[in-house]
Amino acid sequence: MTAVRCVDLCKTYRQGDQDIKALDHVSIEIEKGGFVCLSAPSGGGKTTLLNAIGGLDIPDSGEVYVAGQRIDNLSKGDLADLRLRQIGFVFQAYNLIPVLTARENVEFVMQVQGVPAAERKDKAHAILKEVGLEGLENRRPAEMSGGQQQRVAVARAIASRPALILADEPTANLDSKTSDELMELFTELNEHHNTTFIIASHDQRVMNYANRLIRMLDGRIVDDIDQRAA
Amino acid sequence: MHLFGVLFQLAWRNLWRNHRRTIIMLSAISVGVWAMIFMTALTRGMVDQMVVDGIKALPGHVQIHNPDYLDDPSVNNRIPISDAELQQKFATGNFVAWSSRVKVPAVITSERDSRGVTLLGIDPAAERDLSFVKYDEVDGRFLEDANDKGIVIGRKLAATLETEIGKRIVIMSQDPHNEIADRGFRVVGLYTASTGAVEEAFAFVGKSTAQKMLGIVGETTEVVFLGDDYRDVEAVYESVVAEVDGSVVVNRWYDVDTYLGTMMKVMDGFVLVWVVVIFLALSFGLVNTLVMAVFERVREIGLMLALGMKPGSILGQIVIESMLLLALGLAIGNILSWATIIPLESGVDISFVGKGMEMIGAASVLYPKLNLNDVVLANVVVLVLGFLASLSPAWRASRYEPVEALAKVG
Repeated sequence: MTAVRCVDLCKTYRQGDQDIKALDHVSIEIEKGGFVCLSAPSGGGKTTLLNAIGGLDIPDSGEVYVAGQRIDNLSKGDLADLRLRQIGFVFQAYNLIPVLTARENVEFVMQVQGVPAAERKDKAHAILKEVGLEGLENRRPAEMSGGQQQRVAVARAIASRPALILADEPTANLDSKTSDELMELFTELNEHHNTTFIIASHDQRVMNYANRLIRMLDGRIVDDIDQRAA
Repeated sequence: MHLFGVLFQLAWRNLWRNHRRTIIMLSAISVGVWAMIFMTALTRGMVDQMVVDGIKALPGHVQIHNPDYLDDPSVNNRIPISDAELQQKFATGNFVAWSSRVKVPAVITSERDSRGVTLLGIDPAAERDLSFVKYDEVDGRFLEDANDKGIVIGRKLAATLETEIGKRIVIMSQDPHNEIADRGFRVVGLYTASTGAVEEAFAFVGKSTAQKMLGIVGETTEVVFLGDDYRDVEAVYESVVAEVDGSVVVNRWYDVDTYLGTMMKVMDGFVLVWVVVIFLALSFGLVNTLVMAVFERVREIGLMLALGMKPGSILGQIVIESMLLLALGLAIGNILSWATIIPLESGVDISFVGKGMEMIGAASVLYPKLNLNDVVLANVVVLVLGFLASLSPAWRASRYEPVEALAKVG
């Protein structure tokens, strides 16, 4: 079953006097339960592709399907609903809400979804334990290390058990040990919950963990490797 | 409802994120609200006192006159209903007080000087609740009954005429045949009023004595009725109208004293203008605070949008933050107002500007009045206009594109 399908995506940004082709006729199909790494040098188009799949950015042309539903023509409200219920995001720079504690950050998406308080508290507690942050539930982001913050972000992304998790450079600000721990956690979630992961990264360690490696350059896919076979 | 919970939580925490800015803004709102209510209470107290004094200066709440009396308040324009008939009509009426009287222009002369006055022939028992004169506080004595042969004048008039209790003065007016009607009276009492102008304006004699002097026995020129509240005189007006025919006119007090009536209406308008003007000054600070708060949180707003929060919820969050700030400011401002007005309600002596106050018909003691309607008005104006002022920054925040907002360098 297909989790994500992109058909002939194009996206051009204007930078000063120059037009930058961030996506140049990109077409991909990712199966449910896939663990995919999008790899490209800076400006290669991986974040733009990730944003298009997540409904954060609308391509100039082409079509994007998530769980069989076309999303590039949805309204802002419908896109917000899609992100809320079907997609988990992990960003490069932690991106936690600073006025909320770790537990409240994890609960945030569930709270917006309308999950009852007792249920979301239990879930948040369990997930924070799962990502190794038991005992830090009541700390605010400013009171946690970078690695701990990224774990909270991951916990928030997986708390409502979305079918698809999009991670943009999740290890960029982490040391190697924390990066490995995070990737182990992703792998475990992928294997145990059949969650589809699409990770944009140029970190070799992340590439090594992925089952499928898609290399991009100047907005085009230049390589698509099934690493399970390798 | 669940969404309101999360928006409220975020708004409250964000409010205290920058303590100093919030406290400064809270102080500005509190002082603004205090100024709105305090100044309104002072001016409301002054105008109310003027109206009450004005009404006490004899118009009552509703009056009956001959149709031509208000244009020419002379003895020729008497009420064409006899005093006995009036007593019969209104004896069982539901009024706080009522009285028929003779009220004509006259000249009062002492051996030293003379002045124009309004001569009032009254029944002291019926007038007790209608009059500004406190019978027990009169120097000498007040009139004893409608047949009293003495005269009571104001302290200032007595000084002007260089007369005193026990001395005789002469009252001169016209009878219905346009002949001079005059009589000598002994001054039996001197009254005190809130202003010198009132003390110089009225001279009181017994109703029957005045009727005899003017040659209009059994007739009067004015009937006055008092209800419960000068702001709402319709019930009194209707019951008086029901008892009379077209040979007389019935007026409410503000139809007779248009200056005071207008003053009361102007006061209501003034309160609204004053409250809005202060709020407009406050709104600049409020909008600036919200714009700064939104500007500092662009990435967070982008994150919340990316995580699936709808633009309407972002707008709601900023508006709730603004409403919380205003509600806190209002609460503090209201408490401050109450704490400063209540101790002053027994009166503020402003006799150092007494002459000026007298020129506008106000007394030299100010009684601030905390009017619930004014407090509600100030609170509603602040909340409604505050809501409108916060829409612009809130709308701006809700329009961010998540990708662009997340890319902002914090």
